[in-house]
Amino acid sequence: MKFGIVVNEGPYQHQASDSAYLFCKAAIAKGHTVWRVFFYHDGVNNATKLTEPPQDDRHIVNRWTKLAEEHGVDLVVCVAAAMRRGIRDENLAPGFRISGLGQLVEAGTLTDRLITFGD
Amino acid sequence: MLHIINKSPLTNGSFENCLRVAEAGEIILIEDAVYAATKGGALEAKVREVMGRYKIHVLMPDLEARGLADRLMDGVTAVDYGGFVDLVAGNKNCQSWL
Amino acid sequence: MSDIKKFMFVNRKAPHGTIYALESLEVVLITAAFDQDVSLVFLDDGVYQLKKGQQTKGIETKNFSTTYRALEGYDIEKLYVEKESMDARGLTEDDLLVDVTVLTSKEMGALMSDQDVVLSF
Repeated sequence: MKFGIVVNEGPYQHQASDSAYLFCKAAIAKGHTVWRVFFYHDGVNNATKLTEPPQDDRHIVNRWTKLAEEHGVDLVVCVAAAMRRGIRDENLAPGFRISGLGQLVEAGTLTDRLITFGD
Repeated sequence: MLHIINKSPLTNGSFENCLRVAEAGEIILIEDAVYAATKGGALEAKVREVMGRYKIHVLMPDLEARGLADRLMDGVTAVDYGGFVDLVAGNKNCQSWL
Repeated sequence: MSDIKKFMFVNRKAPHGTIYALESLEVVLITAAFDQDVSLVFLDDGVYQLKKGQQTKGIETKNFSTTYRALEGYDIEKLYVEKESMDARGLTEDDLLVDVTVLTSKEMGALMSDQDVVLSF
């Protein structure tokens, strides 16, 4: 089955990004496809490569990057939400791309299930 | 339909709002909503009352993280993330009550 | 796009206190451009988004409430408000910026189950 995921909150502040990531990993482990993760609202803050958590903590941004590299998950950051919050191509972590809200609509039309994680 | 709740029922109305609106179906409690699935709290009676209408699941890693794995109410099914995926896949659609 | 799906946007949050209502509206407008079957639902505090007479000058934020009136121009005509949410807030249809269909909780639940994609903000 083809899944689309929406992440509406930034990393660390809220559990949403962690829950979304663990859901993706479990879906892939079961042989499903995670076709796209769309980052919206403060969720765009998951995409900055300037993120540097303490060493004993999980690196949420790098974890998403790895998921994209290893499983071809398309990580899309909403351009309007990103511009509002200072997320640009210059500070975008590998594996993420900035695009329009149409990509979110597509994640609804072209997948079997769309699941939202937020606050 | 699968309804996903992520807020503590003691500080936020989303669980009860979901119960008011949602047709019979499945509910999964994740993140801070797992407190709704514990024994001995103010919500227990309410949860028991609606069990006939909804199949209620709880995301066990979230319950464990909060130190309440041993307080899970009878009748609520514990699932891991794989089980969560199965629930999403097994229902026609899902709604997150954010 | 050949594949038309039923999209429901569930708005349960009050405007202004957080950005969800405003950014939700942005998604709704885009979705309409994709020729999908769009329903807009206002539940719980979400019904406050439609309250007439919002004046945001004093808080120096964008008054996006006028955008709800423009939805018709985008062919978004399926606006639903839950009666119980409206009653609980002392509001009636006369208080709302736009024409809506008022549904009971039960009718709302049935409509929700019937969707292909439910996005909540």
